[in-house]
Amino acid sequence: MTTPTTGFQTVDMHINVGPQHPATHGVFRMVLQVDGERIVDCDPYIGYLHRGFEKLSENEGWHDVIVHLDRTDYISQFNNELCYLLAIEKMLGVEAPERAQYARIILSELNRIVSHMMFYGAFGADVGAITPFLYAFRERERLQRLFESVSGARLMHFYFRAGGLKEDLPSGFEAEVRGMLPTIAAGLDECDRLLSQNEIFLSRTVGVGKFTAQEAIAYGCSGPVLRASGVAEDVRRSNPYSLYPTLDFEVPVGKQGDCFDRYWVRVQEMRESLKIVQQCLDRMPAEGSIRTPVPRYPFMRVEAGEIYFHTENPRGDYGVYIISKGGTEPYRMRLRSPSFSNLMALKPMLRNAYLADAVVILGSLDIVLGEVDR
Amino acid sequence: MNLTIPFDPAIRILILAAVVFNVVLILTYAERKVLGHIQQRLGPMRTGFHGILQAPADAVKLMFKEDLTPNSADRLVYQLAPFLVFVPIFMMFITIPITATLVVQNLDLGLFYLVAFSSLHIVGLLMAGWGSNNKYALLGGARSAAQLISYELPLAFAVMGVVLLTGTLNLTTIVHNQALVPLIVLQPLGFVIFLITSLAEMGRTPFDIPMAESEVVGGPWVEYSGMRWAIFFLGEYASLFASCALIVVLYLGGWMVPFAGGLDPITSTVLGAAWFLSKTMLLVFFVFWLRGTLPRLRIDQLMAFAWKMLIPFSFLNLILTAWALVYGDELPSLLPFIHPAGSWLIVAGSVATVMFAYAVHRQTRRTA
Repeated sequence: MTTPTTGFQTVDMHINVGPQHPATHGVFRMVLQVDGERIVDCDPYIGYLHRGFEKLSENEGWHDVIVHLDRTDYISQFNNELCYLLAIEKMLGVEAPERAQYARIILSELNRIVSHMMFYGAFGADVGAITPFLYAFRERERLQRLFESVSGARLMHFYFRAGGLKEDLPSGFEAEVRGMLPTIAAGLDECDRLLSQNEIFLSRTVGVGKFTAQEAIAYGCSGPVLRASGVAEDVRRSNPYSLYPTLDFEVPVGKQGDCFDRYWVRVQEMRESLKIVQQCLDRMPAEGSIRTPVPRYPFMRVEAGEIYFHTENPRGDYGVYIISKGGTEPYRMRLRSPSFSNLMALKPMLRNAYLADAVVILGSLDIVLGEVDR
Repeated sequence: MNLTIPFDPAIRILILAAVVFNVVLILTYAERKVLGHIQQRLGPMRTGFHGILQAPADAVKLMFKEDLTPNSADRLVYQLAPFLVFVPIFMMFITIPITATLVVQNLDLGLFYLVAFSSLHIVGLLMAGWGSNNKYALLGGARSAAQLISYELPLAFAVMGVVLLTGTLNLTTIVHNQALVPLIVLQPLGFVIFLITSLAEMGRTPFDIPMAESEVVGGPWVEYSGMRWAIFFLGEYASLFASCALIVVLYLGGWMVPFAGGLDPITSTVLGAAWFLSKTMLLVFFVFWLRGTLPRLRIDQLMAFAWKMLIPFSFLNLILTAWALVYGDELPSLLPFIHPAGSWLIVAGSVATVMFAYAVHRQTRRTA
């Protein structure tokens, strides 16, 4: 914009946000062009966390690849492992025993809660409330300790294997999870009361960063971002895998696709996950095999062929495409990461938003940079 | 009973400076503890008993840190800014009476002086924002200027109600006027508006927009380090304490202990000071509590709130007060045992406060 009469010019300011900035949740960089407090345009830059996992996987055994999957979306490790292993199992033509299947679903759904809790806390911090973060981490920590007792690691679990699990669940696992469910449900209600009804929170999120269903589909959004726009698309329902067809759960859907809906869908999903875990606990056989025998490295070979398999991760539709030439390692592996597609929606959402909204909108997309860049 | 502090003003100011520094140390520690317990953690625990030495330790650390000036900064403006923030806030303390005798300088125009000085530190924040030659700092500086200037108006209008009722600008006299009834009873709407605008003047949650950590990463402070940063920090907490003390003086009856007449001067001074400080600390706690609970408003919502809500309602408060003072006594009393003008003030003020709360609710719903 120019005002030629005075000879002075007002020039839009370019602000560099990131790669190190408290609001970017990792190493993401965007250059915002702002006119005062209004955003005119946005240039996102990714690639700061690229570690080349897809290429690395071509040189490692079928099982060794799992450790890399843990490190792509480092907040929903079990879900990533599940996706990859279901693909491999399909190629091998084996199926995990029932107990292992239920254990996998329990851990994946608990992992979904962990991931959404992380979002809840970070989103609160983005809006400017500092307390939700610590409330969320209290709940997250309970589950994180459980995961540690299961796999021995807090973050990089490496627990699922082709044909089942690495080892049986620790003794007392079922009872512990059963005891934990009401606590988590209560904690969830507390978190809900802290933020969801707050007038300031509502005025900051309702109507901000609206995205219609058509736009969301056109940009390839998936997961809560897509569902918030009103599309009831969930891979667990539309293309079910593992034992999900037998389980009873709802797919929460938003109305107008704004930041609040994206938040609300995730809060509801946590409740649904609790329901799923409860059902699995009721049905899981108390004991039995946890692994269908599959040859181990270096003897494990997968028949030549290719497969695309996708599952519903906390962040959306996570897909893995594998080509095997019959060797001990994948010939080519490619990941479809939901964060990446969801992040593409940032630019249209930010146009004409306020600077403070940029932080909220980015937070509501809930990206994990490890998965965007891989 | 004339028990004035037996020093000349220069020495009194030195004493005051020492007091203010210590108050800030206590407040920083208190805030970390209060927030810690709100958030289900412990806050500082390692330095001394329950972390009680954390604040002095931080102060020493800050003093020994390097004082950086960015190469591209406007040196003079950059280096002067922290002092221009701190000094006006410090000046506010001069006329705030802790008791009738514990005051550095009792001014007849005390309230006018306070309102004038309470917004002067905008200059310092703007200088910091401009001088840092940093875009985040510039945005933060512009935000704080916009915010402080718009909240100055309702603040002044809200205070006008107190002035009308007491007929004076002298803070000591204002407190003496509240010997029977604290003014919050007669000025409920004025109190609410003053409290909200004070929060904005202090730059505390939910109005901490200029410093917004997740947006502009500390705003005007972003480039500062070491002692200069500490002086900003000092100013923030000093302003918090000064504003809370001012609310106590104007609306909550200052040092006037109920049912404590006829004590000797020294006892009544000590008792009054303790009464005053406990009320102030309660308000300070309230501010910390808000910080532990609320998210942050957006700048346009903040401005809309000032111009569409606070200013009209502070006008309403002023008109109601003036009307009750002029015509109230000709009307029948609404409440038993209270003279007519007072009863009309209480009732009208309460109704207006409820209206205000409803209007705020409606407005947030509309923007939502």
